[in-house]
Amino acid sequence: MARRLPAKDVVIVGLGWTGSILANELTDAGLEVLAIERGPWRNTATDYPPNAAQDELRYRIRHELFLRPEQTTFTFRNKMDETALPIRTWGAFMPPNGVGGGGVHWNAETWRFLPSDFVLRTHLTQRYGARFLPQDMTIQDWGVTYDELEPHYDAFEYLCGTCGTAGNLKGQIQDGGNPFEGSRSRPYPNPAQPQPFSHTLFAKAARELGYKPFPQPSGNMSRAYVNPLGVRLGPCTYCGFCEWFGCGNYSKASPQTTILPVLVRKPNFVARDNCEVTRINMDASGRRAKGVTFVDTSGQEWEQPAQLVILAAYTIFNVQLLMLSGIGKRYDPAKNEGVIGRNFTHQTISDVVSFFDKSKFVFNPFIASGAIGMCIDEFNGDNFDHGPHGFVGGGYMGQVQTNGRPIETTPVPPGTPRWGAKWKQAVRDNYQCALKPGTGVHGSMYSYRDVYLDLDPTYRDRFDRPLVRITMDFHDNELKQNAFLTDKFAEIFTAMGAKQVVKEYRKGPYDITKYQTTHLCGGAVMGTDPKTSALNRYLQSWDVPNLFVMGASAFPQNAGYNPTGTVAALAYWSAKAIREQYLKNPGPLVHA
Amino acid sequence: MRDRALALFASAARSRPASACACALACAAVALLGCAAARAQLVPDSQDFAIIERGRYLATVADCAACHTDPATKQPFAGGQPIETPFGIVRAANITPDAQTGIGNWSDDDFDAAVRRGRMPDGGHLYPAMPYPYFARMSKDDVLAMRAYLRTVPAVYNPVKTDQLPFPLSIRAGMALWNALYFEPGEFEPDAGQSAQWNRGAYLVRGPGHCGACHTPKTFLGGDKSDRRLEGYAIQGWFAPNINGGNGGIANWSVTDIAEYLQKGHNRFAAASGPMQEVVERSGSQMTSGDVEAIATYLEQQHSEGAGGSATVVAANDPRMAAGSAIYTDLCSACHKKDGSGVAYLIPNLAGAASVAARDPTSVLRVLISGAQSAATAAEPTAPAMPAYGRQLNDAQIAAVATYVRNSWGHASTPVSAGEVGKQRKRLSAD
Repeated sequence: MARRLPAKDVVIVGLGWTGSILANELTDAGLEVLAIERGPWRNTATDYPPNAAQDELRYRIRHELFLRPEQTTFTFRNKMDETALPIRTWGAFMPPNGVGGGGVHWNAETWRFLPSDFVLRTHLTQRYGARFLPQDMTIQDWGVTYDELEPHYDAFEYLCGTCGTAGNLKGQIQDGGNPFEGSRSRPYPNPAQPQPFSHTLFAKAARELGYKPFPQPSGNMSRAYVNPLGVRLGPCTYCGFCEWFGCGNYSKASPQTTILPVLVRKPNFVARDNCEVTRINMDASGRRAKGVTFVDTSGQEWEQPAQLVILAAYTIFNVQLLMLSGIGKRYDPAKNEGVIGRNFTHQTISDVVSFFDKSKFVFNPFIASGAIGMCIDEFNGDNFDHGPHGFVGGGYMGQVQTNGRPIETTPVPPGTPRWGAKWKQAVRDNYQCALKPGTGVHGSMYSYRDVYLDLDPTYRDRFDRPLVRITMDFHDNELKQNAFLTDKFAEIFTAMGAKQVVKEYRKGPYDITKYQTTHLCGGAVMGTDPKTSALNRYLQSWDVPNLFVMGASAFPQNAGYNPTGTVAALAYWSAKAIREQYLKNPGPLVHA
Repeated sequence: MRDRALALFASAARSRPASACACALACAAVALLGCAAARAQLVPDSQDFAIIERGRYLATVADCAACHTDPATKQPFAGGQPIETPFGIVRAANITPDAQTGIGNWSDDDFDAAVRRGRMPDGGHLYPAMPYPYFARMSKDDVLAMRAYLRTVPAVYNPVKTDQLPFPLSIRAGMALWNALYFEPGEFEPDAGQSAQWNRGAYLVRGPGHCGACHTPKTFLGGDKSDRRLEGYAIQGWFAPNINGGNGGIANWSVTDIAEYLQKGHNRFAAASGPMQEVVERSGSQMTSGDVEAIATYLEQQHSEGAGGSATVVAANDPRMAAGSAIYTDLCSACHKKDGSGVAYLIPNLAGAASVAARDPTSVLRVLISGAQSAATAAEPTAPAMPAYGRQLNDAQIAAVATYVRNSWGHASTPVSAGEVGKQRKRLSAD
């Protein structure tokens, strides 16, 4: 029997990046805000101090910071006619857990999407004609434009102290930056991080091949920074333990290092950790959320009434809560109807491992940060003519090697035994002179009619709720895209002087056991038409106006970039709409 | 009802850190006006808003709630908190207006006698855990303003047995002798040769701020060594460093550095942690900028009388320095930098933080073994923390790195032995 708690103005489900941003914006507006987080509180000095954080076995291999599959998991299948099975250890992506969410363990690669990414179907149709797109591809426009999001990208970059070199300042292309990016209103708050040897060499070779390389925008600090909230970050120490790890040096932008110190001081903010929201409670009309129900670690069920509900959990959990709460029409791929679960996407990642002459090259790969690297954007989005190639989409690519950690990053040439004395010798020979970018080719994944989320008919969680079922496979468009990009990427390593270049193409079928990125997107997408989107352009539910859904679950398809910058920009955009429009006149902000 | 409404107002004002500064300034201005009006009436009106607000402010400066808050209910001024003294535990009294268990039945003179002379209404003595030897410097008007404020806080029924010292210290009459030895009555007398700002600072430091309660060395009976004011003293497992600005641990701090430390908890050298974290969060950050600058101006001009700085630097080729240097490079230099300079307002500058080369290494060892949380204030909300290295490093290793930081970058101080580390470790694990 649920016990009822006193009502709040706002309840936020999940206290990661978007939960923290919304909590800060809405407490500033004077609202009483409660954030409910499934995982534990996480604090820099006590949870991942620099004397414990750099433990590859604990954090990278054993997934210390992530959700335990024992707590909840998903089922997976490639095709609609297969039987899905539960994921029992994380592989292709890492569901975050705990306060700070993915913002604790990310690499802090802080990109903006291209202006054309937000009007993708319109743009591609205009340029190539509707018949150029595969028939079952369900990409669509976002309903929001780059120009509308620009101030909010800017807000997030200044919150984080993002380090980078502007490529397009108020419409003027800048040397040294990404010439393909959308116009930015002001430079990055901090200069780009200095680049290690291999990254510099990659940029030189790329330049010689006619590309315009630029430093990857980074949330690892190139210098000490104080953000607009008065919170301070310290300079990065290039320890090479960033992704999968919390930063013990206050050097990586995260909710902990940018927002939470201010948020926890506010009398109108409360957080409950170790509490799992099990459903959104609806009134009898089915048009209004009354609040949420959550369960604490003792198994006690609590009902938390609220005027406004913000879903700010990880992609799949946002979708799951909508499905389990009966909000919105669930997607049916057979009829191609419904929206909840529709347009689920991931990423198309591949790599190139290259081996150099050890007498000439010493790369010291352990000198690294999470977002360090030199990139090119010539093959992203629609930055090049796809006409001759027969596919759409693309990605950035770069020497973004973020570590030389001993378990994960010991590349050896093909044919080397996988263990024993010969393997050890090969590791010794190649450790300093081999390159292995983490996500070298960071390709887009567009949406398709048969890639989606629904509820599993068989497997259930500890609360007897159906698990979410993932149905996902690569389509030819993405595999073609990846082959093309990987070949282009490999050419640069050859130009750098590698004696051997090994292309690790992304191939089908989609493999749930191999890590790509944690960038799962879609399932509750934004848009202009309630028939093909769950949310309007302000991330407000079409069906339940006092419910807003943050996160990459709103992406109609995924672009060739890391998503956090866009996730955060959308959160600020939505918060602004809530503050300036919704609070004055609670109700639908867009009438379809 | 009126009292309650005022108390609510006061608490609302305190709970909004962003506006606390402006609010406190405005209130201080009101307090000055109110003070003149009250004097004209001969008998101050204890329900006068200006007096109540002045009392609230002084109670913040004196940080009464630090000791007098009920640890169980978090009810301010309800008492019961154990206060650690060198001789045992004393419990803070209930100073809410409750007639039975608080001070509701006290007269203003009773209150004044307790605060400024350490005497109870029945003639008994308070222990100097209540810093009446400092509050003796306050004016009666200020004390009665605090009294006026304390009348407005909610009355809480909370019987507190304050005496918990062992025999013979349990005989409070013994305090008459203690007072004869250490208690100097008398209000603060301004020094006509100094500025008004200096005098205000002196009043706050020696009176309500009671800085010497922690920072002045004590005799074996716990009395201040009055010839060694503010020269540093080990208390509660920390060493409150020498804060004489002329020639002590903060000799390189400017008035602004001192003021920033007190108000923000962080300056370009150091971060407030341990007992000073609480002092900054509850008191320094709630004070007016004018008062904090006055304190800084006064402290900056104080000189240590006693011996200090006589230690010779431990040679770089000493094995402890070599080991310490290696540990420092491996574990400390990523944040604190090779030259100890840290990151201003975030990571303390070990060459310029007051505690590092203090004559007593207690704080250095504590921070190395247990880590330390720094103060969070509206101006500096980040509140970075030093991680604990007690599990990773053994006593000899901690002694080596402590010796190294205490003898690098211009510091010269006594080396630390593994035995001292062991003692501090034992003490901390008992806490």
